[in-house]
Amino acid sequence: MRIGVSLLTLTIMALASLFVGVIDLTQAEDAEIWPLIRDSRFPRTVATLLTGASLAIAGQIMQTIARNRFVEPMTAGTGQGAALGILLAVVLVPGAPLSLQMLLASGTALCSSLGFFALTRRLPPTQPLLVPLVGLIYGGVIGAAVTYLAYQVDMLQVIEIWMNGEFSGTLRGRYELLWLAGLAALLSYLVADQFSILGLGEQVSLNLGLNYRQIVLLGLIMISVVSGLTVVTVGMIPFVGLVVPNLISRVAGDNLRRALPLTAIAGAGLVLAADLLGRLVIHPFEMPAGTVIGIVGAAMFLWLLYGSRRLAG
Amino acid sequence: MIDIEGVSYRIGGQDILRDVSLQMGPGGVIALVGPNGAGKSTLLSLIARLNALQSGRITVNGLPVGQVADDRLARELAILPQDLTVTIRLTVRDLVGFGRYPYHKGRPSEADDALVTQALGNFDLQDLADRVLETLSGGQRQRAFVAMAYAQDTAYLLLDEPLNNLDIAASRALMARLRALAIEKGRTVVIVLHDINYAAAYADRIIALKGGMVIADGAPKQIVTEGLLRDVFETDAKVFRVDDRSVVLV
Repeated sequence: MRIGVSLLTLTIMALASLFVGVIDLTQAEDAEIWPLIRDSRFPRTVATLLTGASLAIAGQIMQTIARNRFVEPMTAGTGQGAALGILLAVVLVPGAPLSLQMLLASGTALCSSLGFFALTRRLPPTQPLLVPLVGLIYGGVIGAAVTYLAYQVDMLQVIEIWMNGEFSGTLRGRYELLWLAGLAALLSYLVADQFSILGLGEQVSLNLGLNYRQIVLLGLIMISVVSGLTVVTVGMIPFVGLVVPNLISRVAGDNLRRALPLTAIAGAGLVLAADLLGRLVIHPFEMPAGTVIGIVGAAMFLWLLYGSRRLAG
Repeated sequence: MIDIEGVSYRIGGQDILRDVSLQMGPGGVIALVGPNGAGKSTLLSLIARLNALQSGRITVNGLPVGQVADDRLARELAILPQDLTVTIRLTVRDLVGFGRYPYHKGRPSEADDALVTQALGNFDLQDLADRVLETLSGGQRQRAFVAMAYAQDTAYLLLDEPLNNLDIAASRALMARLRALAIEKGRTVVIVLHDINYAAAYADRIIALKGGMVIADGAPKQIVTEGLLRDVFETDAKVFRVDDRSVVLV
């Protein structure tokens, strides 16, 4: 029922998205409409949906592994790690194909996620707010390294594309990698129970015969692939992975087999809504979806921090 | 049978267990008692492979702990750890349902669901089944975790200080249920207890540890004496016989 209603809402929004843009479809000539939808509007709509769904799921899984409600890939170093990977690919292999960029981005994203978990597992569990703080600093440090490196090779303007996510450049032929991110998110549903059990801690996981390290690694790979792919194709979009899982947790709890479909739908809806809003507020110009979510998400983040400390565990 | 052979364990240069050899089960309620730091919890965590063995050997029904696959052992032995903090929002039914994970690996069958419902009933959790764990009291949450271990349907059940958060009624009810498990289903329940009186009342066998060594081992009637309390706990307390049972006057 809940899923049905949210899917219907999402479909209506997605259809609306096909009609929002500089060219008014009702005024356009018939011959123009199909290529416009095929090459721009449809890819853009699908890209927002895939990005939102997979980032929200990646956030949910990262929070479960970290056993902390306030972490997400884009603010805890994974996204910055991905940006570093793309920059390295572009600098070391000039003219690197997208697939190589993506591979390196996912690889460095995985390294920086492993670094994040190595750092935070030593933190006292009685201080749950330390984990996101360390994450923010850690992500900030990697982000600074990316900026410094980009400055050295005179690519500051290029990294802006990855550091601030937006969808105006999504055209046919330039967004398809995101289907892989969607696939990674979909696959995570197959091991939803395993991820839920991780959230109960290492001892309970071991007791239930779960291969703890293997599942943690699987989760981190999934998070890193999603981060790498989204940063390469649309750039970093913060807060989706933070806000959406927190909201869904309140509505549907954390049994991921039940929660993940809702998380995916809500994430897709949030990013699509942000992109729609960005296309409308200063029409015919655009505001990046990453900026819109940055504003909305930061407000929600503060609300989560101060409004409900008990959620931190 | 749980067979422990020459197990020693050190943490940071300090001996926690010294050459412990024991055989437990099959069947019965076995209480591990001893002062704080005696090594009871460590012994339990080694049997349940929560910590890796440093020396010696432990087998559970012939399966060597540390070598046998985790999921195989999970169908033989369940442990209720001491630390039961839950940071995720799960309902009681979800939690108890995860007890079936070693069997269904994420695809629960109707038989699994039936066993979960039965576990909920056995531990009086029907009314709480759809409540989120964090809204429960400490004792109720504990009961939910015990029900999860029960749903795991293993021959061996290890519990580390399960009476910690429980009032007297809940403590007695839990101990009676564990006792019934041992008698009716032939399960082996190994339980770390602080209160000797509970051990004396409900256990078939008491194993007293001190300084990482087994100091006494036997039926409650024989070993709960003033001398044992002096040797193990270094305290002078009187022990009386009431209804053919040893009772420590605290």
